[in-house]
Amino acid sequence: MTNPEGRFGDFGGQYVPETLMNELIHLEEAYNHYKNDPAFNKELNDLLNNYAGRPSRLYYAEKMTKDLGGAKIYLKREDLNHTGAHKINNCLGQVLLAKKMGKTRVIAETGAGQHGVATATVAALMDMECEIFMGEKDCQRQKLNVYRMELLGAKVHHVTSGSQVLKDAVNEAMREWASRTEDTHYVIGSTMGPHPFPTIVRDFQSVISKEARAQILEKEGRLPDAVLACVGGGSNAMGMFYNFIPDKNVRLIGCEAAGRGIDSGETAATISTGKMGVFHGMKSLFCQNDYGQIDKVYSISAGLDYPGIGPEHAYLHSIGRAEYVPVTDDEAVNAFEYLSRTEGIIPALESSHAVAYAMKLAPQMSKDQIMIICLSGRGDKDVASVAKYRGITVDLES
Amino acid sequence: MEAKRIEDAFKNGKAFIPFITAGDQGIDKTEEYILAMRDAGADLIEIGIPFSDPIAEGIVIQEADLRSLEAGTTTDDAFELVARLRTKTDMPLVFMTYLNIVYFYGYEKFFSKCEEVGISGIIIPDMPYEEKDECAGIAAAHHVDVVSMIAPTSEERIRTIAADAKGFLYVVSSMGVTGVRSKITTDLGSIMKAVRAANSTIPAAIGFGINTPAQAAEMAKIADGVIVGSAIEKLIAQYGKNAAQPIYDYVKSMKDAVRSV
Repeated sequence: MTNPEGRFGDFGGQYVPETLMNELIHLEEAYNHYKNDPAFNKELNDLLNNYAGRPSRLYYAEKMTKDLGGAKIYLKREDLNHTGAHKINNCLGQVLLAKKMGKTRVIAETGAGQHGVATATVAALMDMECEIFMGEKDCQRQKLNVYRMELLGAKVHHVTSGSQVLKDAVNEAMREWASRTEDTHYVIGSTMGPHPFPTIVRDFQSVISKEARAQILEKEGRLPDAVLACVGGGSNAMGMFYNFIPDKNVRLIGCEAAGRGIDSGETAATISTGKMGVFHGMKSLFCQNDYGQIDKVYSISAGLDYPGIGPEHAYLHSIGRAEYVPVTDDEAVNAFEYLSRTEGIIPALESSHAVAYAMKLAPQMSKDQIMIICLSGRGDKDVASVAKYRGITVDLES
Repeated sequence: MEAKRIEDAFKNGKAFIPFITAGDQGIDKTEEYILAMRDAGADLIEIGIPFSDPIAEGIVIQEADLRSLEAGTTTDDAFELVARLRTKTDMPLVFMTYLNIVYFYGYEKFFSKCEEVGISGIIIPDMPYEEKDECAGIAAAHHVDVVSMIAPTSEERIRTIAADAKGFLYVVSSMGVTGVRSKITTDLGSIMKAVRAANSTIPAAIGFGINTPAQAAEMAKIADGVIVGSAIEKLIAQYGKNAAQPIYDYVKSMKDAVRSV
């Protein structure tokens, strides 16, 4: 889908300082070489299967299906991957690529901490030096993940500039990369940033829909009517959508974080509230004010707390191939509790946004229809946040 | 007053080019500080239109941008500032800002305003050579030079970028972001050689990390001008609304250091 200029329609591009241009050109050359290299692909598949635990299961959520009384609901269990989220798919690919390029050090941004943990994990496995940039507010929300990254041997930089969340972590990681490219690869965690990152991350995540498509055909003998995924930058959604894009009868539904509501001023729903702009190396949609200053955004979920969206999503939206819907904090927390009680699966707050929309959509669909929800991550990391949201004090020290 | 062109800035010995963020301490103060810099011998001034997320800047200019935005500075205020300066000076002025600011304002509207108030050029650090078609054509139609940048990592790209350069060429001294450095280790001699080979007429100025008169003199030996931003913003952070004299003294010491190199 990427055209030669690294764009998806009008979206994408390479809007970075000159210091990084040659590095992006080298990265693209290396990626184009290794993506067709049988030895590289064999090594990566081996890691995906034996280290990350792929293929991930496609689970029929029978109780949820019966309770909602509509479409048959399947969960693509990315939460069962090693490190508990889809992020490992991309990290294995990118860090392996970086190693082939002769890099000895990786850096990454992280919001909820899942991408940071996945990067630190793969860095430990592949003997790479690792430094993670995480907004100070996110460090507070996800203290356990900070410690987890340190356990894995990574250095965690608490980013205190700007609004101290994901976008600021990306700013700092880009600044760090511009100061040291020779031995360092920046493992961007989502389908965002300058070309070729949106393409590389999408390709490494597309294993999700490659498997899901084959699994549903095997189980049901037909394609689903809808696939759902949460969207921040959009990596699990791009991975979940990608192999279904040519299947025109499959609805692709991205669930954005509306925070306290799209009209509340405390939201991270980019498709609903954003406008065209250029930021973090890409032309896409961004939440911004009347002069193009990037807005502070808000979501209960640290992983969706980002003012932009990947360029391929902006493109799929512009051509009407994918739909994007806002889901509030309240709806996501309800879904978090619902799936825990109904199926015995605690979903990440990010993934809970997709579960929440499925709870609205499934009853409107008929019983012979099928939907797949990408359960992008597990919710253990969010238990404390949800308890706090409900006003429950959990004393971890007792 | 009719604004002078960028090339005029390089006719008074080696050029000294200070940077200042518009609206830090208020637009009135920015005007006063720019006039102080002119009086101290600055040849060309870069006026930064603040951006919420300036990824090419170190902490000093990031903080200046945030102070300015918190005070409510807008793109229209920056145009207003230049219009006011034009009643008092004909020195060449250029903007420095990020592409989203220009894109969001609207390329045609932005550059026609530049022409109207007398802006001679613009530096957009997140618009590399490959993306210059975004607005280079519209800028040229309004007689605004889009200043290109060369980095320590540019290598074979130097030829393409320099050959096509307008106004002056901004040579980035170091890896990373803006900010004061005690030592600059890039082999700028070879970079400047490649620049001259690709384009023998374009003036080239070195920026990023330069702080002291001794460093400035060192850079002026191989370049046509020296750019300094963070050191000036540090003075503003330190002296607030009373920075005119310290800025004047600093700019004078820097211009004196480079003038006759």
